Amino acid sequence: MRNRKPLLAGLLCAGLLAAACGTSGGAAGGSAAPGPQGFTPPKLTPLAQLGQPEGQLSVLAWPGYAENGSNDPAVNWVSPFEQKTGCKVSVKTFGTSDEALSLMKTGQYDVVSASGDASLRLIASGDVEPVNTALVPNYADVQPFLKDKPWNSVNGVMYGIPHGWGANLLTWRTDKVIPAPTSWSPIFEANSRYKGKVIAYDSPIYIADAAVYLMAHQPDLGIKDPYALDQKQFQAAVNLLKQQRPLVTEYWSDYLKEAQSLKNGDSVVGTAWQVTVNQVQKDGAPVQSTVPSEGATGWSDTWMVATKSAHKTCAYDWMDYIVSPKANAEVAEYFGEAPASAKACGLTTDKNFCASYHAGDAGYASKIYYWTTPIAQCLDGRTDTQCVDYSDWTKAWTEIKG
Amino acid sequence: MSAVSAVSAVSAVGAPRHAVTTYLYRRPVVRLGLLLSAPLLWLGLAYLGALAALFITAFWSVNSFTGQVQITWSLDNFVSLFTDSVYRTITIRTVGIAVLVTLVDAVIAFPMAFCMARFASPAAQRVLVIAVLTPLWASYLVKAYAWRTMLSGNGFLHWALAPFGLDSPGYGLTAVVITLAYLWLPYMILPIYAGLERLPESLLAASGDLGARPLRTVRSIVLPLAFPAVVAGSIFTFSLSLGDYIAVTIVGGTSQMLGNVVYSNIGAANNLPFAATVALVPVVIMLVYLAAVRRTGALDNL
Repeated sequence: MRNRKPLLAGLLCAGLLAAACGTSGGAAGGSAAPGPQGFTPPKLTPLAQLGQPEGQLSVLAWPGYAENGSNDPAVNWVSPFEQKTGCKVSVKTFGTSDEALSLMKTGQYDVVSASGDASLRLIASGDVEPVNTALVPNYADVQPFLKDKPWNSVNGVMYGIPHGWGANLLTWRTDKVIPAPTSWSPIFEANSRYKGKVIAYDSPIYIADAAVYLMAHQPDLGIKDPYALDQKQFQAAVNLLKQQRPLVTEYWSDYLKEAQSLKNGDSVVGTAWQVTVNQVQKDGAPVQSTVPSEGATGWSDTWMVATKSAHKTCAYDWMDYIVSPKANAEVAEYFGEAPASAKACGLTTDKNFCASYHAGDAGYASKIYYWTTPIAQCLDGRTDTQCVDYSDWTKAWTEIKG
Repeated sequence: MSAVSAVSAVSAVGAPRHAVTTYLYRRPVVRLGLLLSAPLLWLGLAYLGALAALFITAFWSVNSFTGQVQITWSLDNFVSLFTDSVYRTITIRTVGIAVLVTLVDAVIAFPMAFCMARFASPAAQRVLVIAVLTPLWASYLVKAYAWRTMLSGNGFLHWALAPFGLDSPGYGLTAVVITLAYLWLPYMILPIYAGLERLPESLLAASGDLGARPLRTVRSIVLPLAFPAVVAGSIFTFSLSLGDYIAVTIVGGTSQMLGNVVYSNIGAANNLPFAATVALVPVVIMLVYLAAVRRTGALDNL
């Protein structure tokens, strides 16, 4: 330490170098002018024709969407695809749409199964490109009420292939929660008998679940769309979730952690996906799930192809394969959702499967409030007020968890 | 004479090398600079460079819809960090957990280290040091999930404590403190053990000769001399707890720590600039802590 000169000089040099790197990094912000959905997507052209399969495909998927037999050797629809096309598939799963979004930004993935709260943001940032549906023969069998929807298309241009849809279900332990609930009230009301045993989803989009509850229980707030909340409505939903917090054992984003919590009885009632319910039942704990009287939030998922993908032929082959009747039926039955392909219903092992998931029922599908990204421009058509956008949802979520 | 001629014969080949060594011998500053350049480059680029980048990023912002980073300079992130009460609560909670973990570890580690250093035979000491280090061989996640299972409502703790009329604390802050204290215990034991081992036997004997009882000897001789070692251990436990965010997601129930805010701003909110701002908080806390600790001489004990 007696001789500080070289030390200081070295540090200074290194510091300056790093600072220079820091400033030059990062993309310039694309501030898009608002269009019909609040934004104009970057101009990108879809793939014109398929080439030779590139031999590799990197898939970013919700858990249960791209099973390669590693969770259950009997559940495997990735290997048949690999054999058919020669595209070697690597699968990465994610727990929330936000996680999917930031993973897509790394540019490492070729295709992604995006829900409505991620798809529009991916389109707006140019991370995914329009899809040439003519190159996806099985697209013809996709239920018409899933095509050209606000969450998967912009100005009539499809940005992906619809995959399946379902609801975030009210789930409970039948041995601990008696009588069986028909409303979300046991997980929201302060006097709930299940205090400290409630499990809730760990994502800002969960605020919409509170909004759905308020739509039924506080009609004077005038909520029409749980993703279009003005300041007053938003505050009411946030307050409801703050009231809920003392009831909550855990917030989950990893469905296996939730399954473990339900199985051990650390939580007995909450919101879950059908795949979690199936998992817990398989582990031998008695759970049931339902869409309660207030309705539910849900998802309608779309396979999208990354703009920067170097394996686009494999990506198109994958999108075509995953909505082919057989694969679509397998995914839908395993994950527990309604398949997008109309022909998948004929191939499920349980012949009543599509009926119980209301797969062809456009009326039922319209009752679920599909995840979508809240933006400042109100999605329910109001023009006299500003809605709360997703970055404020995120901030509020940190505040709710405290 | 013959030695000198031999050197000059060899130096016909090695003359440039000879010149370099002579040059370096005459200029200690250059010599030191060259010696230090590799570690300094590492320290500067990989560590301080990263910190500098973090600091710079903290002034940027993010497009709320597309999630792209926008390079516009503003203090907004710092304003919300200081004005939103939720971040203050989380900071206080995190520091509280880190302090508690450090205290629990110090209380458990001191007697253990004392026994190891003073009462065990040299052979037993070696075995005990290995025994203390063994838990570090197992993965962090395995240990954290083991605690998750043990702390569960019908887990091991519930079963073991039921006869005493007690119950498992369940998932929450207590569970986080227990888990972290378990995870970081070896980092506290080893520095204290090293410090106590250096404690001169003669001082203890002198204290006894002067009529001090064992407790008085511990209070007046052992504790003051071992204090820097305890502080050295606390640097590990405190800083490791301060930055932890995994244990709290596994056993913490609904609680969040500073690390979780950073993580959710990277993963969920995709707001890297704000994550950078929050990440500076533990850095600042550690700098303050290290500055305070420097006076105790603990840094010589690491």
